[in-house]
This record gives sequence, structure tokens and C-alpha cells, in this order.
Amino acid sequence: MAVLDIRRRTGYFFLAVVVGHVILISTQVTTKRGVPMLEEVVFSVFSEVQRAANGVTMGVRGTWQDYFALQQVRTENGQLKQQLGELQVRLQEERNMAQQYQALQKLLDLKASTPLMTTGAGVIAGGASPEFRTMTVDKGTHDGLRADMAVIAPAGVVGRVIQPSPRAAKVQLLIDRNAAAGALIERTRAQGVVVGTGADQLRMDYVSGSSEVKAGDTVVTSGIDGIYPKGFVIGQIQSVSRGAGQYSSIVIKPAVDFTSLEAVLIVLTPPPATTEATGTAGANQGRE
Amino acid sequence: MKTAGVLVAIALALALQTSLARFVVGGTAALDLVLVVVVYVALTTGPVTGMLAGSVAGIIQDALSSGTVGIGGLAKAIVGFAAGVIGQQFIVTAAFPRFVMFVAATVVHSALFMGMYVVLGLKEFPSPWAAVLSQALANAAAGIIAFAIIESLPGAIERRKYRRSRR
Repeated sequence: MAVLDIRRRTGYFFLAVVVGHVILISTQVTTKRGVPMLEEVVFSVFSEVQRAANGVTMGVRGTWQDYFALQQVRTENGQLKQQLGELQVRLQEERNMAQQYQALQKLLDLKASTPLMTTGAGVIAGGASPEFRTMTVDKGTHDGLRADMAVIAPAGVVGRVIQPSPRAAKVQLLIDRNAAAGALIERTRAQGVVVGTGADQLRMDYVSGSSEVKAGDTVVTSGIDGIYPKGFVIGQIQSVSRGAGQYSSIVIKPAVDFTSLEAVLIVLTPPPATTEATGTAGANQGRE
Repeated sequence: MKTAGVLVAIALALALQTSLARFVVGGTAALDLVLVVVVYVALTTGPVTGMLAGSVAGIIQDALSSGTVGIGGLAKAIVGFAAGVIGQQFIVTAAFPRFVMFVAATVVHSALFMGMYVVLGLKEFPSPWAAVLSQALANAAAGIIAFAIIESLPGAIERRKYRRSRR
């Protein structure tokens, strides 16, 4: 009975009486917006309840979606990763095809711009030994290739055919230590011989020490060797050192990137050896 | 018995309050006999009875006036509860503490009553402090007199009976 005795719970009773009066007052008073205060108070209180309920609901829903419903997301993620991998492979293929197209386009431009009879060939293999800088192309004697035919690329001279077979040919790169080509410095017309070093650089010999040569000068073929047509770019002078003798020591950086060759042009028209030997028509040989 | 006495006291105070109001200019008496009764009941019986007496008396007073029903009731309920709590915690039997009690109760009641009207935008009370102070003094005086009369009644009856028996 003590629990039911309201006199022992004066605080709660007081609160109940106050709330009762507030409700009584609210039924009679309207707010400035003309809404009964009881309605507004009830709505305000209940809207907070609704907000809290909505918050709890959204929280549970978010927790479910973010944590428990991830099984489907995991499967989808795996599929998407697989698709991404396939697309990356396809993208690389497309990019590779685009690069091949660009290389072939350059080769076609070179073929169209030169009066020499040429044929295109694809590089199918590199050198078998690091001591010899060679590569194999997919054209051979059936396509008209013979030994000592010049091999060029849009960037410049590549080398010469040294061993043709019916359907393929071995090409000696200009950087091979046994390769050589007649050359001249484009600016000063000083002549010499470009030889390979076996590394990624070339060396130009037999250039007179009195010639005005400086780094950055372009070196082109002279055509006197009977192999390479005149006027094709070999490379740029990287350094020049005046030796004790009568010749300068010149290092050339090749114009062609031998590591990225994919297609080349084989010059089927050999330069006339007699003309090259006299040097009278050499300057126009490559362009005839 | 006590509840009936309280209700009778409230009814008498209301009757007296409404009859006095007719003799005052503007119909407003500078005396709230209902509040005096509520504070008296609270001081003599405790916070719950004081609160219920204030609630009932205030609601009836509100209903008889043109105000919002419940505002006077809430103000008187709070004052009755507070007066009851103070009456239980402190000794309020001398005249001066009772005087202070009535003055404070009147001020708090006025503040609650007017404050609620102002907050709810129902009525304005420009410069109410003079009226509140005068009502507080009047209520205190009425309360002191009421205490004195009621506390002297049992002894007076006994003395009258004793005098009659001596004759």
C-alpha cells in the first residue's frame, strides 16, 4: 500500500499535476501560426519520436546494407575485377595495335617519300648472341632480298642484310662491332666511316682533326660504301675529342632505337657503286 | 474531513474574493484570498495537499475569470507545493516567517501567472511590480490575521465553555 500512497511520491505527483495543467492550458492557447498549442506540442514531441525512430531504422538498414548484405557485393566485386582485368588486357592490345599502326604509317610515309624501291618487312626475331647485334626479318630471297641490301627505318639507318634465306633474312645492325657505313657530317660535309661498337653507341672514324665538328651535329650516310643510299640519318654526334693524331674521336648516338624496331624497309635498289665511288652524284643518290 | 475543510475554505475565499471585487475600481482586488488559503493549507498540511488545493482553487478561479483555464491553477499548484515543502523543512510558526512566506508566495505566484501569459502571448502586464508588491503585503497581512484567528479559535471556545460552567 505504501507504493500506492501518492503522498510518498510527491515529486511524481507534482510533475503529473504540472503536466496536466500544461495540457489543459495548451488546449486553449493557439500559437502565432494559428495552430492549437496542444497540437503543435504533440506534433513537435511526436516528430522527435518519429525522427528517433527513423534514425534507428536508417541505422539498422545502413548496418544491414553496409555489413550483412555484402555477400552480393563481394560476388559483384569479383565479376567487376574480372571484367576490369579483361578490359585492361584488351586496352593493352588496342594500344599495341595503335602503336603498330603508327609505326607502319611512318614506314609507309618513308616508303612514299623515297624514290628508292623498297619493301616492308617485319622484325620477327632479335640477335641470337649478345656479341652480334643482329635481327631477323620476315622477308627473304623470294621477296627479292639479297645480301648487302640496306635496311632503314623512319628514324634512320638500321643496318644491312647479311644472310637472306628464302623466307627470312638476317640483318646486321649498324651498332654491331663489325658493321660500318660511309658517313658525312651534314653541317660541315666532313666525311668519315661510322662503325659499330657492339654497344648502344656508334663511333665515327677518319674525320680530320681540322674539321669543325661539334656535339649535336647530324651524321648521315654518304653513299660511298655501295650499300646505304646517301642522305639517310645515322645519328647525332654525342661527343668529340681531339686526339693526338690527325683524326678526331667522335661518338654518335644512333637515331634509331634498335630495341623497339618492329617493321623496317629493305632498300631493293642498290646504289650505283661507280657513282658512289666517284662521289659526283652521291648527294642525290638517296633521293633518286 | 481535512479535504472537506480545504474545499470549504476555498469556496469561502472565492466567494469573499468575488464579493470584494465589486467594491474595487476596475473589478480587481489588491488581495488574493484564494492564494492566502492555498498557502495556509500548504503550510499547515504539506506540499501535496497544498498543491492539490492550489490546483483546484486556481482552476476554479480561472474558470470564473475570463482568463485561460489552467494558468492560475498551475501557478497556485506550484506555489502550494513549494510552500508545503518549505513548511515541512523550516519552522514557520512565528508571525514574521509567515509574513515573509506569504509575501514570497505572492511574488512567485504573480511571476508565474504573468510570466505564462506573457510567454504564451496572451496578455501584457506593463509595470506590474507596484501592484504585485501591494498584493503581496495585503496577502501577507490577511494571512497573518487568518493564522491568528484560526489558531485562537480552539482556546476561545474552551475559555467560553469554562466561563459558562463557572456561572
